[in-house]
Amino acid sequence: MKTRYTFGGDEHIFVEMDDEMSLEAFFKAIAIARAVEAAKIEGVTEILPANASFEVRFNPDVIHPDVMMARLKELEGAANNAEPRMKTRIIEVPVYYQDPWTHETVMRFRERHQDPNATDLEYAARINGYDSVEAFIEAHHANPWFVSMVGFVSGLPFLYQLVEREKQIEVPKYLRPRTDTPKQTVGYGGCFSCIYSVRGAGGYQMFGITPMTIYDPEQKVSYLKDFLVFFKPGDIVKWKPIDRAEYDSILEQVAAGTYTPRMAEVEFDLDAFNADMSGTNAKLMEALNGN
Amino acid sequence: MAIKVRKAGLSTTIQDMGRPGYFHLGIPEGGAMDRFSMRVANMLVGNDEGAAGLEAVFMGPELEFTKDTWVAATGATMPILLDGEPREGWSAFPVKAGQVLSFGFLKEGARVYLAFAGGIDTPMQLGSRSTYPIGALGGVNGRAIAVGDELPLGTPGKTAARSVDAALLRPKQSPVALRALPGLYWHRITEASQEKFFAEDWTVAPEADRMGYRFRGGAPMEFVPREQPFGAGSDPSNIVDGCYSYGSIQVPGGTEPIVLHRDAVSGGGYFTIGAVISADMDLIGQLQPNTKVRFVKVDMETALAARKDRRARLQKIREALAAG
Repeated sequence: MKTRYTFGGDEHIFVEMDDEMSLEAFFKAIAIARAVEAAKIEGVTEILPANASFEVRFNPDVIHPDVMMARLKELEGAANNAEPRMKTRIIEVPVYYQDPWTHETVMRFRERHQDPNATDLEYAARINGYDSVEAFIEAHHANPWFVSMVGFVSGLPFLYQLVEREKQIEVPKYLRPRTDTPKQTVGYGGCFSCIYSVRGAGGYQMFGITPMTIYDPEQKVSYLKDFLVFFKPGDIVKWKPIDRAEYDSILEQVAAGTYTPRMAEVEFDLDAFNADMSGTNAKLMEALNGN
Repeated sequence: MAIKVRKAGLSTTIQDMGRPGYFHLGIPEGGAMDRFSMRVANMLVGNDEGAAGLEAVFMGPELEFTKDTWVAATGATMPILLDGEPREGWSAFPVKAGQVLSFGFLKEGARVYLAFAGGIDTPMQLGSRSTYPIGALGGVNGRAIAVGDELPLGTPGKTAARSVDAALLRPKQSPVALRALPGLYWHRITEASQEKFFAEDWTVAPEADRMGYRFRGGAPMEFVPREQPFGAGSDPSNIVDGCYSYGSIQVPGGTEPIVLHRDAVSGGGYFTIGAVISADMDLIGQLQPNTKVRFVKVDMETALAARKDRRARLQKIREALAAG
């Protein structure tokens, strides 16, 4: 891992921990981002952590870009010694795979896809070496995922699979982005899964849909009353496959204000995870199911 | 209520100086694309410069006033008509209850800015009235204005017939020069492509909106060969999804550059070759499709000097209006 610093115009500094994705890069990025926040540097207007990088927006009328750059580099050393560990939560997110709405959208944009004769799931299953769509779906929800970035649009989480790299699913994005994606589509691009928080353009492959609202600008949904965005970096997600009846039922519960996502407080320790992935995941699941 | 919307135009949105601070969650700052014009419109009608007004793209709205107030229109050039009688741009003029404001065809620029004494007083969300339709924030119920909407106005400040001397406005340029600072993933394209990017003529593509402006006309870019890093995706223009900067220039597939603007997506998996400097972001808001554009390579000191010049220009206008 080699840190790379660069200016994004005169108001941003972009810091890339590594050009490839890893949880090590994520933890290092979030450690420096937190150190920058704690340093309360005058002129910093926003700190944006991402998968394997982070960005600082600043006001160059208050702090010269070169001074800002030097301050960030100073803080990197402190972040190197930070423990890759965080208190967080595990959340169960219901997913209706192969649902009619994403399927309709899949079919509508076939000419923008690598394989116009297959669905997104059939294509993803094949190129990742699965015998069937069912086996691929099983692999998608078998283990927990780590929210390594929130963004693109309105609270959209990017999720990284908590398994050995060789077991991780990888798919390309659409050849040309779609102009439409149903709200709450569970998508996939590169090594990341995502949940489209709102309807709109998108380039990720589409696997299913969740009935769980994750962005509510009116803050009417019971669990979004305090803040309109549900996810934050570091959250852990376990997909739970559901059928149409359960999908409809949860949708109604969300609308009625009676749905509460299943979740539990957990600690995630990267070193412990690297030493024993299945053991760490089993403990995360125990915490979720014991609740 | 003070203003009735009789015709909405193509896409007319309530905008102010935006809602900074939520980009890390994918909620962009938003606000007027051409902030210079919005600020001056507010100065003209005696408002705080951050008051909310209307941004109308390519076509003006038709508005009926239900109470007396003052109005100023800045930005794009189009005939301004009050009950069919012409009014000047970059000037404040009084309107009476019952009068109708309308606009003729667009002559120059892309977005007209309308300020009203007291400012539009719709509810704030996350500290701003700016409309962000994708996230259904601000504006009128999270959307652009529509026929039948009624817009409230706040308490007016000191109003008077004021005009901005044309000599104080931004000089016109053709082709429009957008100054950019190379950086971010600039190293991903070859030196030849780096040179070409700044040497070639580009034109604004039809896909140009508040999220970003797309340009075409230049040669496809050549990438420095590499094995794609894990998690990035297979196209050479793909990166591991990261944060974007306002003004950053992404080039999906290496073909058509897109400059992210006020309603930018906050991150994604396309490489970026640098960013348009903050002082030139306003200019993009006034570009029509097919306009010729050159990207001009600058360094940080030039970017900071341009920022200072823009601020000084606004200050001169502020002082001239205060004195006049």
